[in-house]
Amino acid sequence: MSTTHQSGGSTERAENLLRELAPQVLGALVRRYGDFADCEDAVQEALIAAATDWPAKGLPDNPRGWLIRVASRRLANLYRGDIARHRREELAASWSRSPAQPAPERDDTLIVMLMCCHPSLTPASAIPLALRAVGGLTTREIAAAFLVPEPTMAQRISRAKATIKSSAEPFALPPPDQLPDRLRSVLHVLYLLFNEGYTTSSGPDLARADLSGEAIRLARIMRASVPDDPEVTGLLALMLLTEARRPARSGPDGELVPLAEQDRTLWDAGLIAEGITLISGVLGSGHAGEYQLQAAIAAIHDRAPSHAATDWPQILVLYDLLESMTANPMVSLNRAVATAMVNGPRAGLRLLDGLSARLGDHHRLHSVRAHLLEQAGDLTAAAEEFNAAAARTANLRERHYLATQAARLGCRRET
Amino acid sequence: MRFMLLQNYGPVESDCPPMTEWSPADIKAHIDFQQALNAELARRGELVDAQGLAGPELAKFVVWGGSGAPVVTDGPFPEAKELLAGYRLVDVEATERAIEIAAQASAAPGPGGVAIRQPIEVRQVLSAPDPEL
Repeated sequence: MSTTHQSGGSTERAENLLRELAPQVLGALVRRYGDFADCEDAVQEALIAAATDWPAKGLPDNPRGWLIRVASRRLANLYRGDIARHRREELAASWSRSPAQPAPERDDTLIVMLMCCHPSLTPASAIPLALRAVGGLTTREIAAAFLVPEPTMAQRISRAKATIKSSAEPFALPPPDQLPDRLRSVLHVLYLLFNEGYTTSSGPDLARADLSGEAIRLARIMRASVPDDPEVTGLLALMLLTEARRPARSGPDGELVPLAEQDRTLWDAGLIAEGITLISGVLGSGHAGEYQLQAAIAAIHDRAPSHAATDWPQILVLYDLLESMTANPMVSLNRAVATAMVNGPRAGLRLLDGLSARLGDHHRLHSVRAHLLEQAGDLTAAAEEFNAAAARTANLRERHYLATQAARLGCRRET
Repeated sequence: MRFMLLQNYGPVESDCPPMTEWSPADIKAHIDFQQALNAELARRGELVDAQGLAGPELAKFVVWGGSGAPVVTDGPFPEAKELLAGYRLVDVEATERAIEIAAQASAAPGPGGVAIRQPIEVRQVLSAPDPEL
């Protein structure tokens, strides 16, 4: 999510370096001064200072040291204005202590990520904080991506940090027995961040599409920190295999193109190859988690020459497994689609009947039913279901798509 | 999730007179209330935008006139009560929170500090589909 590139490569290089160093510098500061929330503010200010200083004057000899020095100075300024005297005393005391032992940098990035995705935060609060503290984005960039005013986003981030502070979490790796659960929180946040960018529908699309890129970058950072967790790898693979289809996912005017109708030659072969390599590397190494299974399904789609020639029986097997480990009704809905592809639309429709209780009046239930009814030849009922789905979706492009489908079937009935 | 919280000039649930008949202190208390609510929403990281609109006296309805000039209708309008008076655009975590904010806005004080209980229309803004897609 870079801003301008007027000075060409040097600005971009400085930005990439800054963003890579952001969580490490934050880690070093927290280890020395203790307060995560204040240190995070100070690092943000140092990053903004570097973003103008470095491209103009060239990179400092020790960029990491430069950032730590500037951030420490900002922190001191922050406390100078602080009327609470004990705060300054605390800081003075921490300065008089010998500098903390060199921090394990790889762990620091992971710890910062775990803090940002603390279970006491909702994903809506965790996402902007992670983008700032781990991703090194500025509040302005994050506000622009989420289409809210900068002060609103700044407040959201401060509140998130206040919540973390009140949880009194130490800046350290959690005990090994708690790590897997904490990692799940991180993966969930990254998954939602990816979707935020992938399903973008309004506003400056490009800025929001970059959120998917950010999610992928953060997932790569996570994989580097926890290389032996197959779910981390599974999530990264899922993101790459989904991102690969983005160029085909919307038409020339931004209209939604469903998977069945996408021009597969537009899919990104490089991303697909990387995703398949990643998921093949972890599948079969034991218990496959949800992200691995979803990535495996995405890989089958991405490898298929066409919608009809997709290995639907294999996809159905994977959805069976997935459904056995999650209560997510959307998984059941997708399983009904796979069932229809394997055993015919009527078989899929029968599964949908059982889902009404869990999904209620959800637009996705209506749209899947519409597609299956159309496949089964009941065009009148299909048009009604497309209309029902169009009226219930909260997504503009989806509404256009669904209303167009209803109109198409309506016209066909009249001719 | 984004919601538009809309207020029009329609009748309020309490039987309070129009604002032109309020005391200056009551008008000030009302405006202070609205500003305090906006400040609170900003502090919570939920406020995207809040605007009041000029009155129905300045409203115009415009219809494309084909090859001729557009048809512009000035007030007064018999249906002026249905016109939008102002809105808040909020970005919240759940529908319940939007309803809570609307209830708060509906409690804006009228004469004597009594809540005027203005109905607030809560409308979700079309946005990204469900993440489970």
